[in-house]
Amino acid sequence: MNFLREPYYIILGFMEMLGAAGLFLLRLLRYTPHALRRPSLIFQQVFTIGAMSLVLIMVSGLFVGMVLGLQGFNTLNKFASTAALGTLVALSLLRELGPVITALLYAGRAGTALTSEIGLMRATEQLAGMEMMAVDPVRRIVVPRFLAGVISMPLLVGIFNAVGMLGGYLVGVKLMHVDQGSFWSQIHTHVDLYEDFRSGVIKSFVFGIAATLIAVFEGYYAQPTAEGVSRATTRTVVNSAVAVLALDYLLTAFMF
Amino acid sequence: MKQTRTIEIVTGAFIILGIFSLYIIATSATNIGSYGDNKGYTVTASFNNIGGLKPRAAVTMAGVSIGRVTAINLDPKSFTAVVSMQIDGRYNDVPDDSTASILTAGLLGEQYIGIDAGGSSTSLKDGAKIQYTQDSLVLEKLIQQFFSKATAPGGK
Repeated sequence: MNFLREPYYIILGFMEMLGAAGLFLLRLLRYTPHALRRPSLIFQQVFTIGAMSLVLIMVSGLFVGMVLGLQGFNTLNKFASTAALGTLVALSLLRELGPVITALLYAGRAGTALTSEIGLMRATEQLAGMEMMAVDPVRRIVVPRFLAGVISMPLLVGIFNAVGMLGGYLVGVKLMHVDQGSFWSQIHTHVDLYEDFRSGVIKSFVFGIAATLIAVFEGYYAQPTAEGVSRATTRTVVNSAVAVLALDYLLTAFMF
Repeated sequence: MKQTRTIEIVTGAFIILGIFSLYIIATSATNIGSYGDNKGYTVTASFNNIGGLKPRAAVTMAGVSIGRVTAINLDPKSFTAVVSMQIDGRYNDVPDDSTASILTAGLLGEQYIGIDAGGSSTSLKDGAKIQYTQDSLVLEKLIQQFFSKATAPGGK
């Protein structure tokens, strides 16, 4: 029966982690009204989480859009329908690539920073010190960071999409000489405000909540050692990536 | 103090940039224009076969978009497709003996409704029904007809 024991504990461990993260989310949501009364704490974090990721997001978005333009052009050219290039670029970015790639980059850029920062606070007993001063570290440290992440994510996705479309436009129209008028008019007729744009924004919100929750959760419950913080940081990236991709499938199945 | 000001300015710029790009995408890269004003009037038309017509398809007159298809239902008695379309209030002078036909943009493009003006002096009112309709061309039926004519005895 030994071979059954291993999967059993893996499943049990997974359940435990999921439950703990869910309870942690409830705790964060309960303190949200308190945190909203001190918006300066949140906006300071919007700077570190969102504004500092800006260059990374814009450069990646530009290249993703340019690759889409190039690949799409090559494929559509075989069917003599390069006029649809704009639709291809816009729909791929708005529905899938924008939210997903931004969330993955966000987990690597901001999520790891959050985890190691909070984990290090735990390891150097700063969190314990706050508790001694009757300051709830969840309320003072974790909730503003969580809210800042949830605010930043849709904004980052919007910037990623806009820059990505610009990249697709540059490659398609300027480099490959797709007709500019048909590029935009196809986008206008085929990209639906609700079906495509709104569901992309919903996705980005959900990914923002998931990736930020995983980051602060791993940081807050990191083992207070150098090794523990490093392991928690690794787990943040891995778990965020898996969570984002799995949620992406679920949301796509529900919304489209 | 100076450093916190820089941080605040950069954060503000980031938020404005994010909202601005979402706004730009929503307004200039989607079909937001077709959601605009809902003023206008609704007319219906029955078709034997609508082919691949979908809700939100365009309604055009002489190639100019004048409205949208709002709903497509099946009449349970006559088994014809009842297409409801909303026509922009600016075009309230469409003759009531106009013909609605289902057309295709290009060879494999989207289907839309084209209205050919009739000669009547009374115009379509809200809730009116367009009497004269022309179904969509179904490629398979067309090919079938072509072959049955070619192989029929006495055919040319």
